[in-house]
Amino acid sequence: MMALLLRDLRLAFRAGGGFGLGLAFFLLVAVLVPLGVGPEPATLAKIAPGILWVGALLACLLSLDRIFALDFEDGSLDLLATSPIPLEGVVAVKAFAHWLVTGLPLTVAAPVLGVLLNLAGQGYLWLVVSLAAGTPALSVIGAFGAALTVGVKRGGLLVSLLVLPLYVPTLIFGAEVVKRGATGAEVQVPLLLLAGITAGAVAFLPFAAAAALRVNLR
Amino acid sequence: MSVWEYANPKRFMQVSRRVLPLVVGLTVVSLVTGLVWGFFFTPDDFRQGSTVKIIFLHVPTAMMAINAWVMMLVASLIWLIRRHHVSALAAKAAAPVGLTFTLIALLTGAFWGQPMWGTWWAWDPRLTAFLILALFYLGYIALWQAVEDPDTAADLTAVLCMVGSVFAVLSRYAVKFWNQGLHQDSTILKVGEKDPIDVAYYVPLVVCIVGFVLLFVALVLMRTRTEIRARRLSALLARERLA
Repeated sequence: MMALLLRDLRLAFRAGGGFGLGLAFFLLVAVLVPLGVGPEPATLAKIAPGILWVGALLACLLSLDRIFALDFEDGSLDLLATSPIPLEGVVAVKAFAHWLVTGLPLTVAAPVLGVLLNLAGQGYLWLVVSLAAGTPALSVIGAFGAALTVGVKRGGLLVSLLVLPLYVPTLIFGAEVVKRGATGAEVQVPLLLLAGITAGAVAFLPFAAAAALRVNLR
Repeated sequence: MSVWEYANPKRFMQVSRRVLPLVVGLTVVSLVTGLVWGFFFTPDDFRQGSTVKIIFLHVPTAMMAINAWVMMLVASLIWLIRRHHVSALAAKAAAPVGLTFTLIALLTGAFWGQPMWGTWWAWDPRLTAFLILALFYLGYIALWQAVEDPDTAADLTAVLCMVGSVFAVLSRYAVKFWNQGLHQDSTILKVGEKDPIDVAYYVPLVVCIVGFVLLFVALVLMRTRTEIRARRLSALLARERLA
């Protein structure tokens, strides 16, 4: 499993692997929104939590089809399926690798972009906490969507359509944590719900994704 | 004699051929009765005027939009567990019907919201949850269309339906948490409690709900029969190509 994780990370960091694509997209969103909305600090501060979470979500969405599609095309997914690791484990490891490559850098970079969007001072801690708690769910849900569509040629649009409604609860609770944190309100309830969704998704969705992969590899 | 005998496509076609005209007839009778009664023979509301009559389309379609998804979930589970093809095809057949009901509920809601709330759309929890439900239907239908092999498509959509159900419920509560609503609570189950719906509306509404349930059954039976025929056709074509 460790070898698989390292292999996925190495593939992602090498040229054309798509590391940085999500980050660049996230940066783009944070730069373009003020240009579109106008530079008023009060307006920006108000929409910053939502924009940051939406940007992180879309940046995550961008790289989903890399999770399984390339391995499916060159046949290494068949090898992984016949390897001693259960397919559920493969899914979990690949989702974890996806998170290390997209979710974690997004979490680390988010405060910087928060400055661009004039996020209120109390919000930074909760921005990082909520992204750290929420982005694993985005990766696992995305891995499920990617597993469903792995056999479909050019399934990028389809993945977005399938995954977007599944992202709704995570987005709502995640943005709510930051919004409340930025205004100094109580964040415990949405944060716990967000973490709960992540925990549930991480626990159950690898099984659903592995089932979908088995169907697609039949 | 077990209920699973009807899962045999041949048996299903025989039975549904006989049942379908009956269901269609009952649908027409109850829908015509309910809608004509509701639209023309109920009094105007003292505050809402005649716009209150949108309820006879809005409430039944909204109920069926959710029930159609539940039916798809049950059919998907039957397909995954017992591998009856008719079940998978019924789930496939129900999805566009459910999507249509969802869109009708959203549209009639907009027409009702405009005069009552002064807006076509509000980010109210119920409205938002229905928009998300429409997205779920779209994704489900798109996945059926995108995957070529019918058995693979049936398996994948069944898994999606199960996971989607969980997330649909989660979204419902998430949006409730996220925004307080304009939309009122349901009053039809409150008869006998405080603030119930008036009997003058209640009776024709129940007739309409029955009518829409029957309409759903009739449409799903019809579409499932079409799917079975389409499957037979493609099997015939495949056989001919081999010969």
